[in-house]
Amino acid sequence: MKPLHLAALLCAVSLPSAALADDILVQSTTSTANSGLYDHLLPIFAKATGIQVNVVAVGTGQAIRNARNCDGDVLLVHAKPAEEKFVADGFGASRTDLMYNDFVIVGPAADPAAVAGMDDVQPALEKIAAAQALFASRGDDSGTHKKEVSLWGATSVDPANASGDWYRETGSGMGATLNAGIGMGAYVMTDRATWISFKNKQDYKILVEGDADLFNQYGVIPVSAEKCPSVNIEGAQAFADWLLSDDGQAAIADYEVDGQQLFFPNAPD
Amino acid sequence: MREAIIHGPEALTAGAVPASNLLPLRVRGLCLTLGGRRILNSLDLDLGPAGCTVLLGPNGAGKTQLLKVLHGLLEPDAGEVDWNGAAPGQVTSRQALVFQKPVLLRRSVAANVDFVLKSRNLPRARRHALLDHVGLGDKARQPARLLSGGEAQRLALARALATEPEVLFLDEPTASLDPASVNRIEEIVLKAVRNGTRVILVTHDIGQARRLADEIVFLHGGRVAEQAAADRFFAGPRTPAARAHVSGGLVL
Amino acid sequence: MQDMGEALAVAMTLVLSGDGDLVEIVGLSLRVSLTATVAACAIGLPIGALVATNRFPGRGAVLVVMNALMGLPPVVVGLIVYLHLSRAGPLGFLGLLYTPAAMIIAQTILIAPIVAALSRQVIEDMHAEYADHFRSLCLNTRQTVQALLWDARYALLTVALAGFGRAVAEVGAVMIVGGNIDHMTRVMTTAIALETSKGDLPLALGLGIVLMILALGVNALVHSLRLTAVRQAYA
Repeated sequence: MKPLHLAALLCAVSLPSAALADDILVQSTTSTANSGLYDHLLPIFAKATGIQVNVVAVGTGQAIRNARNCDGDVLLVHAKPAEEKFVADGFGASRTDLMYNDFVIVGPAADPAAVAGMDDVQPALEKIAAAQALFASRGDDSGTHKKEVSLWGATSVDPANASGDWYRETGSGMGATLNAGIGMGAYVMTDRATWISFKNKQDYKILVEGDADLFNQYGVIPVSAEKCPSVNIEGAQAFADWLLSDDGQAAIADYEVDGQQLFFPNAPD
Repeated sequence: MREAIIHGPEALTAGAVPASNLLPLRVRGLCLTLGGRRILNSLDLDLGPAGCTVLLGPNGAGKTQLLKVLHGLLEPDAGEVDWNGAAPGQVTSRQALVFQKPVLLRRSVAANVDFVLKSRNLPRARRHALLDHVGLGDKARQPARLLSGGEAQRLALARALATEPEVLFLDEPTASLDPASVNRIEEIVLKAVRNGTRVILVTHDIGQARRLADEIVFLHGGRVAEQAAADRFFAGPRTPAARAHVSGGLVL
Repeated sequence: MQDMGEALAVAMTLVLSGDGDLVEIVGLSLRVSLTATVAACAIGLPIGALVATNRFPGRGAVLVVMNALMGLPPVVVGLIVYLHLSRAGPLGFLGLLYTPAAMIIAQTILIAPIVAALSRQVIEDMHAEYADHFRSLCLNTRQTVQALLWDARYALLTVALAGFGRAVAEVGAVMIVGGNIDHMTRVMTTAIALETSKGDLPLALGLGIVLMILALGVNALVHSLRLTAVRQAYA
């Protein structure tokens, strides 16, 4: 087969699904996608505007890197300092608080470090370290991972010294880390939304929750058309505007799994 | 170019055509070593313009290798092969070789012939005449590799004749075939000779040599030990090796 | 182990109900991996045949490289293709990232070396048998390669199958360049990875069983083709 035929073949195959001009691509985190939030929001948005939204769900770190390569129109992640740097570097048009949920620490019913019921995260982490109980970390530079590292930073423990011992860095997404942690009987810090919709809980329960430090803020950023001329800026802005509008915020608040609200809208008025 | 190539399949059965201008063949000082064994040892050979030359000789005398060198498939270590002014590699396409074990493509009988015709830009219509000529007309659609040994060899012959070669090499074409198949193949070879194709045939079958040969070349120890007209050779081989070979063949 | 039984039930339900999403995902898996297989054959077979039939300086090194490339890690292929197709990359203007075309490209790169290396072996063996006959016919390289490819077609079908098997089963490359976008670039393996990360192990396993049934079907089809060929001594 000649190269030309090959190219024609590839084009023929790709055309039906090639992104239409009206489509937008959201680089987002696994936590929002795995919880099913987009399956709830996107049809409402599409009905309101006719804009088709496609979602690539990766860790926050990779989502930001992909967006820096202009491979997305909207960034929706949860790592405020990294998001602000993204905007400061000119890749994002503007960053706005969108919604929050919170992180929790889950662990086996046996609870070897006896942290169940604690609502203060630093002492809980120190107890886990003192007991040398297994702790599974994302270890993937994601928003959740960055948050976890900052929580350890406020304790007297440097878990990096125990890496490979009781501190296990999976280098994977939230779901994979939960599967691994549950498989080895380790404590895991996860966002509540992923946990509620996670199906392989076995005997695991939320043991630590309620600390203000476990607050998990999501932000939305349309990718800058100046840095990335290829972006669909109208579509991106329309999506961000809708999410921040009363309709969008109400749609976020409406999303429940097993009767529990997963995300709490907090866009500025 | 010969007339036959222009005239097409009728030439297969038509009267004799003029002798090929590839001949005479002149071979001098041919040496060939394969796998550390000296196969041809300063071999000299002259072949005239027409007829059927049969190469006889004991196993390992270098008959097959000599055919391949003459056909341009094997490069000798030393020596000179001269097809009336041309080197073997230059005239390969004007010759054909039928191997002892026919190499049949994994296709139908017809497709095996078509492949050769297409490779030479010859009209595919000639296939029918060729297959009829070797008695395989009714097997055209069959898979070639399911043919019997004799049929396979006749297909190989049809393929070889498809290119209307001026020289046809046959390497033990009837080895381990039943007598009826041997008969049919010999008839085809004799027709080719009568049509003016220069045939050079290797065999271990002394009876076949008697039936087909105009001339005998007896190879021994990598050289031509004896070359003579067939009737003269069989009347009394001059070298002891040839005498032993022929009598041994007669005993069989 | 109760997951296994549950997974079988899920797989049965999925297949029997003809779930629309599943049909879409299976269809895309087949479309992407079959197209990649065809493209990889278009690239790999001529290369394999040329290397099989020619002697040239450095051939040994080429063989070593070809065989080594069979072990290309899908994630690395995915990354390389991502870097090229990214908007910031040299081919970004094509807008192919996160489309099935990008997945086809990545899988083609992944399996073309497999097709080339395995077909080289198949064709070299056949060429050893045909070489004298072809040289007697004074065939040129193109005619030789064409004839060998045609006569080895049934053996090469198995080679293509090996490539297809690797393509349809890999997740690393399609995840990166396809993005696992719902209704757009989600294939069987990325869907399995997604359900695994959601902790829905029975559904993930069920999808895995469906994928295996798929592979089984394709293999059975090729096997029956080969059987016919063997009966006719064409293989």
